[in-house]
Parts: sequence; structure tokens; C-alpha cells
Amino acid sequence: MSTHELKTGPLEYRTQEGQMSILGFWIFLGAEVVLFSTLFATYAVLFGRTADAPVPADLFEPGITLVMTFLLLTSSFTCGLAIHQMRAGSLKGLITWLVITLGLGLGFLGFEIYEFIHYAHEGATLQSSSFWSAFFVLAGTHGVHVTLGIGWAVLLIIQLVKRGLTPVTSRKVFVISLYWHFLDVIWIFIFTSVYLIGMVV
Amino acid sequence: MKHMTKNKWFSFFLIGAVMLLSGCNQLVVFDPKGPVAQSQKDLIMYSLIFMMIIVVVVFVLFAFMVYKFRDRPNRKSSDYDPDIHGNTMIEIIWTVIPLAIVIALSIPTVQTIYDLEKPSAEGTDEEPLVIYATSADWKWFFSYPEQNIETVNYLHIPTGRDIEFRLSSADSMAALWIPALGGQKYNMAGMETVLYLQADEPGVYDGRNSNFNGEGFAKQTFKVHAESKEQFEDWVQSIQIEKPALTQEQYDTLLEPGLTNTMAFSSTHLQWVDHGTNEGRDYSIERHEDAYGKLLHLENINKSNQPQEVGE
Amino acid sequence: MQLDEFFVTGEPLIYGGMVSIVLVTSAIIFLLTYLKRWGWLWREWLTTVDHKKIGIMYILSALAMLFRGGVDALMMRVQLAFPNMNFLNSQHYNEIFTTHGTVMIIFMAMPFLVGLMNIIVPLQIGARDFAFPFVNAVSFWSFFFGAMLFNISFVIGGSPDAGWTSYTPLAGAALSPGPGQNFYLMGLQLAGIGTLATGINLMVTILKMRAPGMKMFDMPIFTWSTLVTSFIIIFAFPILTVALALLTIDRIFGSQFFTLTGEGMPMMWANLFWMWGHPEVYIVILPAFGIFSEIIATFARKQLFGYKAMVWSMILIAGLSFLVWVHHFFTMGAGALVNSVFSVSTMLIAVPTGVKIFNWLATLYKSRIQMTTAMMWSLAFIPSFVIGGVTGVMLGMAAADYQFHNSYFLIAHFHYVLIAGTVFACFAGLVYWYPKMFGHKLNERIGKHSFWWFLIGFHVCFFPQYFVGLDGMPRRVFAILPEWMPLNVISTVGAFGMGVGFVIFVYNIYYSYRYSKREEKGDAWDGRTLEWATPTPVPFYNFATLPEINGRDAFLSMKKNNETTFDEERLEPIHMPSNTGQPIIMMAILAFASFALVFEWIGLAVIGLIGTLIMMGIRSFDYDDGYHVEVDEIKKIERSARGL
Repeated sequence: MSTHELKTGPLEYRTQEGQMSILGFWIFLGAEVVLFSTLFATYAVLFGRTADAPVPADLFEPGITLVMTFLLLTSSFTCGLAIHQMRAGSLKGLITWLVITLGLGLGFLGFEIYEFIHYAHEGATLQSSSFWSAFFVLAGTHGVHVTLGIGWAVLLIIQLVKRGLTPVTSRKVFVISLYWHFLDVIWIFIFTSVYLIGMVV
Repeated sequence: MKHMTKNKWFSFFLIGAVMLLSGCNQLVVFDPKGPVAQSQKDLIMYSLIFMMIIVVVVFVLFAFMVYKFRDRPNRKSSDYDPDIHGNTMIEIIWTVIPLAIVIALSIPTVQTIYDLEKPSAEGTDEEPLVIYATSADWKWFFSYPEQNIETVNYLHIPTGRDIEFRLSSADSMAALWIPALGGQKYNMAGMETVLYLQADEPGVYDGRNSNFNGEGFAKQTFKVHAESKEQFEDWVQSIQIEKPALTQEQYDTLLEPGLTNTMAFSSTHLQWVDHGTNEGRDYSIERHEDAYGKLLHLENINKSNQPQEVGE
Repeated sequence: MQLDEFFVTGEPLIYGGMVSIVLVTSAIIFLLTYLKRWGWLWREWLTTVDHKKIGIMYILSALAMLFRGGVDALMMRVQLAFPNMNFLNSQHYNEIFTTHGTVMIIFMAMPFLVGLMNIIVPLQIGARDFAFPFVNAVSFWSFFFGAMLFNISFVIGGSPDAGWTSYTPLAGAALSPGPGQNFYLMGLQLAGIGTLATGINLMVTILKMRAPGMKMFDMPIFTWSTLVTSFIIIFAFPILTVALALLTIDRIFGSQFFTLTGEGMPMMWANLFWMWGHPEVYIVILPAFGIFSEIIATFARKQLFGYKAMVWSMILIAGLSFLVWVHHFFTMGAGALVNSVFSVSTMLIAVPTGVKIFNWLATLYKSRIQMTTAMMWSLAFIPSFVIGGVTGVMLGMAAADYQFHNSYFLIAHFHYVLIAGTVFACFAGLVYWYPKMFGHKLNERIGKHSFWWFLIGFHVCFFPQYFVGLDGMPRRVFAILPEWMPLNVISTVGAFGMGVGFVIFVYNIYYSYRYSKREEKGDAWDGRTLEWATPTPVPFYNFATLPEINGRDAFLSMKKNNETTFDEERLEPIHMPSNTGQPIIMMAILAFASFALVFEWIGLAVIGLIGTLIMMGIRSFDYDDGYHVEVDEIKKIERSARGL
């Protein structure tokens, strides 16, 4: 609980609170890795158990998933640019790039929702078979994470506007950037092990 | 009080040893009636020797330490050394010895695990007798495909011949356990597990579901009648002649969750469903979806709920 | 929904439960109002972020849960005493063994240990609080409301009845309709969130907040056990979170993960459950090892033998704990190779555990053992746990396990390790650290009475169960066969002996509160580690000045050099977090959402979830970063506490 503040180094690392929050969040991401690993394992176990529902190869389309991947990967890049602006001390640059990041994230979500509705129309729903349950829960959990991340980032942008760059706000921004990159990594695994494999098999 | 600590432990140990030695031969797991149960008993006995040695060593050391080094007046000052922090040699020793014990236990364990996956008479002419044992809430169906007969809640087997149980379940997960003949295995819907057992001595043994599966669990038991090959053939013939064929309609009614008496039929349910296959996994759920929520209000003593043992 | 579907009806025992709940609640409300204590309760306890107070609330809740789980146990033992007993019918018995197991593991053992960690770990490493005090309060309230949600099930909606393992397909919507299983899922989910947060919190606290100079291998062994435990929590609990969520989605939204229809895979539940469940066993046993190590070293008046080996064996056990889950279902027919591999990995755990046992024995060598109550609990642990341990190895031998599985042999084994390990440790730790928490010791004479009742009762209760298991008695049956009667009668007698021991223990809390001598110094037992360096009662900021540490048993060497942790020259204002009502409100709203989900009232559940998110938003905008305690005030507090 010390109040000592370092005078050098990145703003978010200057207080002990800042350092501990960031370490705590890294550990939390470790727990999230386990959470998604469990969902991936579940998906792998239930792969092919489609019962009477359509098989993934008939429904998965390369086009839309490529667009989604492109949107999310770009948003991860713009998120990195936002942090770069923060390190440079530019509040305006930070907020601008954050807004762009969120826009890309929203675009991703829009496509995902469209995709889910499309599958449901084709007869593949959460209830139709264990494979589709696993698919919707795995992709859906990632989608819910993206949604929460967007809501969280909006709150942070408001705080940034109100308070400017302080050790506390910059720590919060840094933490959400970790979160956002993490979601990107998870998506890459979903893209390869769910969509690509699903299209081939 | 301080003396009691040691004595108490010692007496516990003694009681335990006495109970073990005197009780062994009455306990069903230690009174095997077939080669599978026998090999499991042998393995348990083998491990028990190691365990007793470990227990004795630890208890003796413990009693010695607690007695010798308790805080009391007039202790020799050489008996107290608060700064001992470790001793590499002795620590290595007591890491290696448990490791050696684990290895000594692993070898026969793995051997027995592999042995139990195949019939004991493998390589001889005699094929195992195949029995499909299907669990349904809360009863057992035993189907003899070769003989084309089926029994409910009781089982006849010939002695001296491997029995190949093909286990599955119509609904909840169960486990077939006949402790006198050997260990259990799970019955699961939509898949088939295989359990080999064999009886050497004629007799009537207890069998049951040992895996909790709901309200009627405690009553999901059956008797195993092990008898000579001739008697077994006679029994099969009498069922084939005297008992009616099993109709699908009657079978569907029997599947409804609840308790039933013992029964026998001169045909099997395998002709229309095998619950051990992917197709058979939801057969019972589809037909009795609403029945699973109903309570039996099963009391301990309630004759109307008790399955009755019908003569052989 | 009709009212008689909402409340459980038709069971005299449950009506009795309802009446006593109403009576106790009204008595508490009356007392609080009459004594005008509502404000005090809110300010001092419900809104606190102080790790010591949160720890005390954990322990009090755990004792209440121990009572509840214990009553369940006694009811089961009554039913099983005689072949003709009709005290409980089958359904009621099933509900009771389910709640007994769940309550004891999730709502008793873990919170009890987490409570001790809460109070002691920051003190042992010379820290002023947790890394995230707010999160710590959130964790406690999520556990508390999870426990309440689970416990009201027996009067509202009906208790879960599929066992604490809740195996599918039995626990799925098709075979177990109704809210009972939902209570299990939501109660555990809510408490699990808190546990995961505690794990992260403890890990950061230990890694980042140690007193200056304290190296990792200088940490007290209980702190080490907590660090290893938090590692297991972080990697095991997300698996439970997922498993519970999938089954919840199955039951409420009709997905097909564990169903018999739609090509679901019921056996995947058993795998996921035990991938969490086996590490969970070590989550409750490793802190117990830590507690025993502290107490044995203190009352043997001797350093712990083989400190490094003790630490490494804990780390090894933690690693192995993730590699043995299949031994909970060797009988699933996974094949000889799988069973062989998991057999060997299971038995390997005996090696580091054996090393620990020998190290404890070696600690006693050339020691000077003081037979205090805490020490007696710790000593009794060694032989009792060894019996549990060797039978555990026997269970690990897959081919033999086919005969032990699902029988009372298994029941006896895990009660031998969990009671002799975890419960003894909880009692020992509570007795040992009691003066630090409450400013007075528990009475030793009464404490020893409770110890002997409990210890003898424990062995009388569970030792016969090994034999009745070998005689073919399966677990979870509500009626016994006549041939199992003698051993079961003995077992029931023993269970009541343990009950007497518990009652005496609780009475001792009351008695000592009234009559025990108050502690004047902080060092009640002539301790070795830093928690004893603080004055009693511990000031809310723990340490006025942070001590410089060089080496293990920090406080012991300070005492030798006639030093204290208090250095008036170095006093500076101390920064402390403010109390806040947000954690309890946030978790109450989440508990409301969970309750709505139990009854599948989706609209209300969504409202509750939105409410929780709003609370999190409010928290995000809350820039209250606490207050400073000024030097003059610290001086005043320290001088009066230390009698300077």
C-alpha cells in the first residue's frame, strides 16, 4: 500500500498498485487460457457428433470468417497503436485509435451475429446436437468476451476524457489492451481449429 | 495424558491388525469364488504387506519421537538440538524407498490390469458365454443371445466357464458389481463395455449396481446363481420352454423407471434395440421422458416396493 | 408456479428445518435491533476490506457450514445404523448425502482454509493487506451468497440429489428435472468465481508484497503452501467454471453436451469434473500440510526439517495433481493402457507425500514437544493420515480398485485423508492462531476434551468402514443388509463421538470468550514467524514499519537479537483502502440473478446480470483510493498496543 511513485518508466508501471494490477491481470489471463482450453477440448471431443443436424463443412464459409479474422487482427494492431500513442503521451491519439479498435470489434461482432442467425436458419442451433452446442458455446464465449471488452473500453474512454492520462487510467488502458490481444490470440485458434478444420473435414 | 498418546495409537493399531487377521476370511472381497476375484484378492494382499510395513515403520517412529522427545523435566540437554535443518543422505533414502515401493506395486498392478481385459481361458477352445447386462432405472436385464433367453433381476451362469458381460445402460450410468466374482465396470448408454468374470464354485452370490443412479439405486440388486454346466443347460431349456417370448410393448413398459420383480423370457430385447450402440442410447428417454421426474417414495421397509425373489 | 411447488412440503424434518431457520433469523434480527447494532454490523463487517475481518467472516461461515454438513452426516449415520431403519426415505437420503459432500468440500473445507490464509498470509510476509482488498471482499461475498443459495435449496425448490459429483446423465434435465440440480450448479458457480479471484489475489500478494529482504525460500511454509495452492486454484477452477456452465446451459437452454439425446457425451462430465476435482483435493490438503508444518515446528521448538524438500514436494504434488484424474473412474473401461498410466501416476504422488511425513517425523527428532491442543491435533494427523494415505495407494492400483470403487472402502479412505488432513488442520490452525485473531487463547483443558472426543470418534467411525467396504457395501445406499450391521453400528457411534467433539469445540469458543485471560503481548506461543511480531489485537494496518528480513523464521531471529518490527524513527503515513458496500451489493445482485436462473426465470436473471454489470461500471468510475493514517495516530496506536 505504498504511495511511492516512480519518476521514470511507463506511466502504468510507476506505482506498486499499477504493477500489481498488471501482474494480477496476467495471472487472470492464465486462468482464461485454461477456460478456453477446456472449451476447445470439449469441442474436439464432440467433433463430428452432429446427429441429425447439418455438418459443419456444409455451413462454414471461408469468406465471412476471413473477413472476421481480418477485422479482429486489424483491431489488435490498432489497439497496439493506441498504446503506442499512450506511451508517447498523446491522449488524443490514444482515444482515436481506441475508437477505431472498438469500431472494428463491433464489425466483428456484427458478422458473428449474422453468422449465428444464418446457421440457425439452416437448422444448426445450440439444441440440435452436441457438436453444435460445443460450437456455439465456444464461439459464443469468445463473442461475449469481445462484447464485454467493448463495453469496458467505452467506460475507459469516458474516464480518459474526464481525467486525462494518469497512472490509474493508463494502467486501465494497458490492462484492456492485454485483454484485447488475448481475445485476438483466442480467435486465431478458433479460426484455425474450428473453421479451417471444420471446412475440410 | 502424554503416555496415553502413545498407548492410544498403539491400541488402535492392534485393534486394526486383529480385525484384519480375524475378519479377512468372512469379507466377500477376501473370499473369492472365481479367478478374477482371486487375482484381485492376491493383488490386494500383496499391497497390504507393503502398507502394513509402512504403517508399522511410521507408527513406531512416531511413537518413539513423541515419547522420547516430549517436554519433561530432567531431560538430557544433548537430546535437544533446535538447529537441525536437514540431512541430504537421509532425505535421499526416504525418497528412494517409497519410489522402490511404488515400482514394486506398479509391476503386478499393470500385469493384472492387462490380464483382466481378456478371458482367463484365452487360447483354449472354449469360447466365453456372452451375456448382455443392461441396466435401466432401477433393474437389470440379462440377455443370453446364444440361448435366446432373457432374465430380469437375476442371473444364472455355468461354473468353470468365462462369462463375457457386455455392459450398457438404457438411461443413467450404472456399474455391474458381483464382489464374490470380481470387480465392477460401468454400464453406460450408447456404448458397450466388456467385463470378464468367472465362477469356480457353485453358489448364490450377490450382485448389484454399485454406481449411484437415483432413487431406486439401493434396490437395484440381483442374485447370481452359479451352477454346474449340466444344471445351467437344464435351466436354459426350462426357460426356453416354459417362459413367454418378450414383446417390444412389454419391454417398453418394463423400461419405465421403477422397481420390478424377477422375470424370465424366451427371447431377448436385442432384436429391436441394443442400448450399447449409438442408435439405442435415447431409446428409453424418448419413451419415458416424463417418468423420470416422478418419485417412487421408496421407504426402507415397504413390501409392495420390494422386488420379490422368484424361484429359479 | 404454485407456492407448494416453491417450498418443499411433506417432510417433517424439513418443516423442522424451516421453523428453526425462521426462529434463528428472527432472533438475530431482534438482537441486532434491540442492541442497536445494525450500523456497527454494516460499518465494521459487511463493508470491510480488511483481510483479518474477512478471514474471520470466512471462518465463522465455515463453522456454520461444518455444523450443517455434520448434521447431514449424523442423519445419514442414523439411517445406516440398522438394516430396518426408516428414519430417512430414499429420496431424502440422496439429498442429504449430496448436500453433505458439497457443503463439506466447497462451503466448509475451502472457506475455512481461505479464512486462515486471509488472516495469516499477509501477516507472515509482512504485508499490510492483500494486493486487491476490494477483490478480496468480492470473493468473500460471492462465496457467502453461493453458500446461502445452495443451503436454502432444502426449504425452497428441493435439494440437489445426484451426489456431490453430480454425474450426468443422472444430473441432466431429462433424468433430474426441477430446480434441485440448478441449485448445485449456481451455488458452486457463484462460490467458484470467488475462489478463483482469491487464488489470483493471494498469488499477487505473495509474489509482490513480501517484506523487504524476504526471499522466496525464506517464506514461512504456510505461505509457501498457500502460493502453491493458489497456483492449483488458478489452473483448476476455470475447468469447473466451464463444466458447470455447460451443464447449466444443458439444463436450462437445452444444449446437448451431456445428454443421451443429440449425441451428447455424458462421460465428458466425469472427465471435466475430476480434472478440476482431483486438483481440488490438493487445494484443501496442501494448506493443511502448511498449517501442520508451522505448528509442529513451533511446539517442537525446533526448525522444520528439510524446508526445501518440503517446498519442492508440495510443488511436485501440485504438478502431479493434474495428471491423475482418471483414477476416479478406472472402471469406465478406458482400456488397460490408460488405466496403467494413471495407476502409476497416482501411486507416484505417494513419494513426495511420504517425504513430507518423514520430514515431520524428523522435525520431532531431538525436539522438545509441548503438548498443546494445536500440537495434539497436528501430531494426531500424522498416523491417521498415513492410514488414509496407504489405502489411497491401494485405491490407485487400478486392478484392485475395480473391487474398491464405489464402496465404503473408498468412503473410509477419503474421510481418512480429508478429516485427518483438512479438518484436523482447520481445528489446529484455528486453535493456534486464535489468540492472534481474538486476543485470547482457547481454553486448553476443554480443547483437549474436544480433541480426544473427535479423534477417537473419527477412528471409531471410519476405520470399520474399510471392512464393510470390503464386504461389498456400496456407497450412497440408504438401506443396509443385515450382515453389514455390526460395523455400521460402531461407525454410527463414532460419528456421534465426533459430534460431541465439535459441540465441545464450539462451547470452548464461548467459554474462552467469557473466561480466558486476555493476551497482553502479541507472541502467544513464542512463535517463529512474522505474524507473532504484531501486537494483539493486530492494528488494522498490521505493521507500522515494515521489517527488514534476512532468513527463515524471521521473528525468532529478531527475538534473539532483541529487535521488534516497530521502528519509530522510520514511521511514515500509511495508505489504507476505504471500506465499501459495493462488494456485498454487487454479489447480492448476482446471487439474485443466480436464484432466478435456478427457477429458470430468464427475465429476472437478465435483470440481475445487468444490475451486476452496472455495479461493475460504478466500481470502474470509483476513484476513491483510500486514506492515510498519520504518523501521530500510528504512534498512539502502537504505543498503547505495545505497552511502551
